[in-house]
Amino acid sequence: MQKKFSSDRFDPLSTVRDALSRRHFIKGVIAAGTVAGAAGLVTGCSDSSDSSGGAAGSVERLITVNVNGKARPVDVMPNETLAHTLRNKLGLTGTKIGCDRGSCGACTVMIDGVTNNSCSVLTHTLRGANVITVEGVGGANGELHPIQQAMIEELAPQCGFCTPGQVVSGVSLLQRNPNPTREEVRYALAGNLCRCGAYNNYVDAIVKAAGSA
Amino acid sequence: MAEKLMGKNFTPQDVRAKVTGTGKYTEDFRVDGMCYVKMLNCPMPSANVTIVDTSEALAMDGVLGILTSDDVPPNPAPGFPILSNEPRQLGQPILAIAAETESIAAEALEKVKLTYEAQPFSLDPLQSLYPGGPDALTEGNFVKSRSESPVSHKWSARDFAVAGEENMPMGEPGMEWNVGDVDAAFTDAAYVIDESFVVASSTHQALEPRSTLSYWENGKCFIYGSSQSQSWMMPGLASMMQVPLSDIVYIAEFCGGGFGAKASPYPTMGIPAYMSKKINRPCMLRITRAEEYHIGGSRPGFQGQLKVGFDKAGKVTAIDCYIVQSNGPNNGSGDYSAAAGALALVYTPTNMRFRGMPVFTNKPYIISQRGPGQNQIACIMEPFMDRAAKQLGIDRIMIREINAPDHDVVFSNRKSTVTSSYLRDALIMGSEKFNWKEKIKLSGKRNGTKVIGIGVGQAYHSAGSNGFDGLVTIRPDGKLYIHSGVGNLGTYSYASASRIAAETLGCSWENTVIERGDSRRGLPWVLAQFGSNTTFTTTRTNFAAANAAKDKLKEIAAMDLGGTAEDYEVDNETVFLKSDPAKVMTFAQAATRAIELGGVYDGHEYPDDLHDVTKAAMAHVQGVGLVGVSKDKMPKEGSVPALATGYAMIEVDTETGKYEILEYTSTVDCGTVMHPQSLDQQIRGGGVMGMGMASTDRMVYDPQNGLCATVGLYQTKAPSILDVPSTMDVGAVDKPDPQSPAGVKGVGEPVMGCAAAAILSAIADATGTNFNRTPVDPDMIVNAMAGRPQSYKPLQVNI
Repeated sequence: MQKKFSSDRFDPLSTVRDALSRRHFIKGVIAAGTVAGAAGLVTGCSDSSDSSGGAAGSVERLITVNVNGKARPVDVMPNETLAHTLRNKLGLTGTKIGCDRGSCGACTVMIDGVTNNSCSVLTHTLRGANVITVEGVGGANGELHPIQQAMIEELAPQCGFCTPGQVVSGVSLLQRNPNPTREEVRYALAGNLCRCGAYNNYVDAIVKAAGSA
Repeated sequence: MAEKLMGKNFTPQDVRAKVTGTGKYTEDFRVDGMCYVKMLNCPMPSANVTIVDTSEALAMDGVLGILTSDDVPPNPAPGFPILSNEPRQLGQPILAIAAETESIAAEALEKVKLTYEAQPFSLDPLQSLYPGGPDALTEGNFVKSRSESPVSHKWSARDFAVAGEENMPMGEPGMEWNVGDVDAAFTDAAYVIDESFVVASSTHQALEPRSTLSYWENGKCFIYGSSQSQSWMMPGLASMMQVPLSDIVYIAEFCGGGFGAKASPYPTMGIPAYMSKKINRPCMLRITRAEEYHIGGSRPGFQGQLKVGFDKAGKVTAIDCYIVQSNGPNNGSGDYSAAAGALALVYTPTNMRFRGMPVFTNKPYIISQRGPGQNQIACIMEPFMDRAAKQLGIDRIMIREINAPDHDVVFSNRKSTVTSSYLRDALIMGSEKFNWKEKIKLSGKRNGTKVIGIGVGQAYHSAGSNGFDGLVTIRPDGKLYIHSGVGNLGTYSYASASRIAAETLGCSWENTVIERGDSRRGLPWVLAQFGSNTTFTTTRTNFAAANAAKDKLKEIAAMDLGGTAEDYEVDNETVFLKSDPAKVMTFAQAATRAIELGGVYDGHEYPDDLHDVTKAAMAHVQGVGLVGVSKDKMPKEGSVPALATGYAMIEVDTETGKYEILEYTSTVDCGTVMHPQSLDQQIRGGGVMGMGMASTDRMVYDPQNGLCATVGLYQTKAPSILDVPSTMDVGAVDKPDPQSPAGVKGVGEPVMGCAAAAILSAIADATGTNFNRTPVDPDMIVNAMAGRPQSYKPLQVNI
């Protein structure tokens, strides 16, 4: 799984990612019994679908997910997304929801070392998996990860909403490629949209951090 | 002498929270007893709705209440009501349901029985202006002024017939002005271009949707919102909630992007606030990405005709411009008029006529977007400048220098002036940085199927205001507190513009605290954080407040240590006797004395010319220390022009129509550079947004059903990191604006427009084609290169 520099989300050869692909996710949601109105998907109007779990009356099940190095028992609905669990049940609001559709990357987390859009992963599929969020990339005593430090120094974030996702994608890259080229950093961040357009600064920061990570 | 702060890099206090994920955006707040609200949005572009039966929905377990248009204040057309049974756009909220969970609320919405009586709708202003064409609103398709009711405005069939298909029909405009004699100037011109154009409507797509949390406590309405602005929100929210200003508590610590669309209170803020009042529970309304495309605002599209005359030296002698602006069902913004102002300033035409016609449509809610009007027209006019340069045998940079405004420029029908203009300097600096003289030799160079295009663009926005309030406090802990009412859009200008107060008071940055993000922190009245105005506007207010504090420090020192206030100086966090610096009071001592003295010293008394929002804020700071509060009464004359230039080298694949931006350089006139890092970041970030404007940002509609086809980030695509150059070279002229105490001006808006224009200029250069249309997509390039007709008609929109 630790191969090449290209973004995990866009690497057609990654079998791990395929197992957690959007297609797989949608199949899982349908199997879990959620009805997503077809008209709503087209127009985005009666957009009744949401990520907060099953339909009224669905049953929660207790599972344990390893998040940021700690075993976290949590009751989850069958079609509850990881982004929802992290934000609303585990208090980890650093993971942002920008689109809830796997296209912006603001909710990027690492699952067993591989970056994923947590809005497009069902929590119940992660029994025993290791999840790292932006809250878990630094040191145990609150030290910043070198990427976070470099992003401060380079004034990389603008509005900051995509930043946690950029941090996690960067950390994942440096784990598998400690000395990436500028081009490799760009590919690693390709799934993280920044509407403020702070891309140059994010790359500057990750390249800078690579020297000290 | 304390350290000089302005012009130096520093770390704004909110960056760390952004990189660690601890910064709290609206959806990150949790309140005891919080429930969730979901909206029922109109699934068609215009309908009259009858709510038949809600009993089944309300009987569901976990459902807490419903909010309909009967529960909220009306807002007659063309206002945009919080909820409406007569929605006039796709996705307009009709009603909302609160429940223990979002799932329950969503399921309850499906059980509401209602009927939709579809109404005629309009998506194309020209169709609406045609005799017998559909009006977007029951009352009509146009308002002359905001205070008037809409009327049905039509042109004659003859207006359309005379124009033919290629040109813009030009019936009776809603607005018209003339300077000089355009017709005579065209007769004398050496070169004239006269063509129709289209700029597509595009949407802001801030990454954070506009979610709102609200609850009521002790009679006060608490609202947590995603907004660019802070104090600016207060009067609008008080009016929306029909409570006194002092009963609104507004919290907006972080804003995940706005780009104009979150400058002012927006209607959906009222939904959780009124729901909470009704059901007595804290209510969270999370807005989905798809909903954001309907109610999140979009930039109005233009259809128009632009006629430009040049003399043989390349001077623009005449401009005749007609713009039809596509509004949503609401008042929209004055983009068309601002576009005219930009033409008048950037190209200094000696004669000009402008006609504008804003038309309501049943497309989404229009809100100003970064460089409203100015950026749209830059996309059309800049390629016109290139054509004239080529025709007249003048260098493309030189023709822009010839037409650039000087400090003494007088422009438009209003005979407007500017505070300073260094556009020509920015052109010279930028073209040197980009190495224009060498790069232009590569224009048209082919490499297999690929061809090089070189482009240049300019843009302008009026970026600064005056007359607002500043507030600082010096407290017994010895620290300076700067109360920032401006908001936190993500540009860090709230912080950079605060530094002038610390510098004026000789206070170290380490001992300076910025109070912001919550109206209970005592935040003064300043303009919204829009229009690139914060830098100019709030350096003035913070300077005024710091000087008010300085005067009080000197007065207190004179009282206690002898002499008169004039004998004292303030520096290094102390006030001391100039002739004997041993006679000194620290900030901490002076703050303690101010509290003992009370009155004007600790904020119990304050000037009567402060705005009501500032007066309400005073209740939160009275008695905390020495209070410096003042309205900015420094003189200001003229528009504060933010001016930007961009240079692009692209490589177009003539077989696929795709292009790569090989290099991008941008230089600006923003006055003195206040904070180099955040300036560079703004220029680059605006550049990226401009690259999207030129290529992929546009809203598409199905003409038959009026449905929007662009409701996802991948459908109206914001540029990704792979769509933009890996590095971008940026710079600033760095010459002071005389009307700012720090010499500064804003710049955030035109840095987008100049990039979009530079890319379009480069596309035209590479392809030899005048598209007169924004955005230009690969399909258009392929057709042009193959000599095939385009798939759209000249003035066709929504494609």
